[in-house]
Amino acid sequence: MQEENVMAELPHAPGQGEQSGDRPSALARFKARFGLRTTREVVEFLVHALFFLCGFVAVACVLFISVYLVVSGVPAIAQIGVADFLFGATWNGSQGQFGILPFVLTSLAGTAGAILIGVPIGVLTALFLAKVAPARVAAVIRSAVSLLAGIPSVVYGLVGMMVLVPAIQRAFGLASGACLLAAIVVLAIMILPSIINVAETALRAVPKEYEEASLALGATHIETIFRVSLPAARSGVATAVVLGVGRAIGEAMAIIMVSGNVSNLPGSLFTSVRFLTTAIASEMNYAPVGSLWRDALFSIGLVLFLFIMLINVILNVFIKNRKGD
Amino acid sequence: MDAILKTEHLNLWYGDNHALKDVSLEMPGHQVTALIGPSGCGKSTFLKTLDRMNDLIPGVRIEGQVLYRGRNIFDPQVDVTWLRRHVGMVFQKPNPFPMSIYDNIAYGPRTHGVRGKKELDQIVEKSLRGAAIWDEVKDRLKKSALSLSGGQQQRICIARALAVEPDVLLMDEATSALDPISTSKIEDLIADLKKSYTIVIVTHNMQQATRVSDRCAFFLHGELVEAGETEQIFSVPRDKRTEDYITGRFG
Repeated sequence: MQEENVMAELPHAPGQGEQSGDRPSALARFKARFGLRTTREVVEFLVHALFFLCGFVAVACVLFISVYLVVSGVPAIAQIGVADFLFGATWNGSQGQFGILPFVLTSLAGTAGAILIGVPIGVLTALFLAKVAPARVAAVIRSAVSLLAGIPSVVYGLVGMMVLVPAIQRAFGLASGACLLAAIVVLAIMILPSIINVAETALRAVPKEYEEASLALGATHIETIFRVSLPAARSGVATAVVLGVGRAIGEAMAIIMVSGNVSNLPGSLFTSVRFLTTAIASEMNYAPVGSLWRDALFSIGLVLFLFIMLINVILNVFIKNRKGD
Repeated sequence: MDAILKTEHLNLWYGDNHALKDVSLEMPGHQVTALIGPSGCGKSTFLKTLDRMNDLIPGVRIEGQVLYRGRNIFDPQVDVTWLRRHVGMVFQKPNPFPMSIYDNIAYGPRTHGVRGKKELDQIVEKSLRGAAIWDEVKDRLKKSALSLSGGQQQRICIARALAVEPDVLLMDEATSALDPISTSKIEDLIADLKKSYTIVIVTHNMQQATRVSDRCAFFLHGELVEAGETEQIFSVPRDKRTEDYITGRFG
């Protein structure tokens, strides 16, 4: 029946658009092509298509970036050799030495340090906001936290450089305070807002009945928070940690200004170091186009990308497993 | 017949709402006292006052006394966690923690300092047996308590309350969210538990009150209208309002 209808409309079209000779009008051909009968259906169809295209933009970007990183990152790794590239301890672009172990270890150490400091502070803040603080106090802290989230990373770097670095230099009697520790502190502060927000949302979603049951068994408020509320919100808290890791490992601008930016192995907290991100940012302008040096920087980007993918996968699996028990 | 729990001229306000009006009631040991009355009559509020769970609600004001074994529970000397350890509560909606069955039962004892694995194992078994659910769950103690049916969850909650060896058990419409079979299992359990515990239940089910309780207290608009032996309340109520309620004329 439907096909007949479509067919039935076709002969009308040439009659309507006489100026286009004997051929059916563009609209009629479009209708026939997609089995649409009325102009309203055409509009519906086009809007659907528009939505789909918008949704596809994000997917396309991810696909494009992934493919681009692989295509531009793999050749240099192949030329240098996977082992030499990943585990080589010396990086010196102009001398043709491309070992990124210092960057990898620094990024891992910096992220781990930031998580070690940021997660406890963030989660305790979230507990305070969700379970302890009076509404007014919580509102003030919450708006401070969202302000913290809105500060551009270059400002973190600036304040770190002007305040934190000299303070570390003085406190530990160093030649320079620009070191791994300074970067860790800056990263820890930067990841706080996302950890606090996600963890607080998760803690608020814990059913009140759980907490009542705990109190009714004679547990104190604090015992209840730590032994019932927090475990009940663990998947949300784990998500908060994922976000923190993602943000910390991907940050460049703030830490380039406080970490000393020298490609050392992160021997101690007071070593001047360079991260995966900051290596790319600081050398892209110096590496000649078409050189292995420049290609190796893309390879670093690929490694960074794989790191973030890997961390997300690991923690997602971890969250699913915890949920299942 | 000594009263384990006793209220004297208990008044409670939620803000301006006078929710309990001069309630004096004795709840004797090893008996089941049922609190009955229409919705909003104050019976749940009264129950929650007995282990001070109302403390959690902002804007609550309480006057009068609640005596547990002769001690006023609102006395600043009384530690609320001590009180709640001795006066346990089972809630309307089954609310096991999102943990394993074992950890649910062990939660209370652990909170009160029991650490030994053997001792905990014993407590868990004893409590689950006490709540008549041991045979159903003994092979899956490590499974999540949330994987059980509603009736089983409620018995887990009862076992969890028993695990801290309370003296009194308060049950707030503990069967209203359950199917008839689960309900009858829990009613049998209540009859069994009163040998060892003093029990106070809130119920809106008159048949349940007659089946399980020794004494009844009828609440209306925050007032205690009448209290006495269940048989007497249901056969020869002294107050006209009680009669109207139990014969189903309102509520």
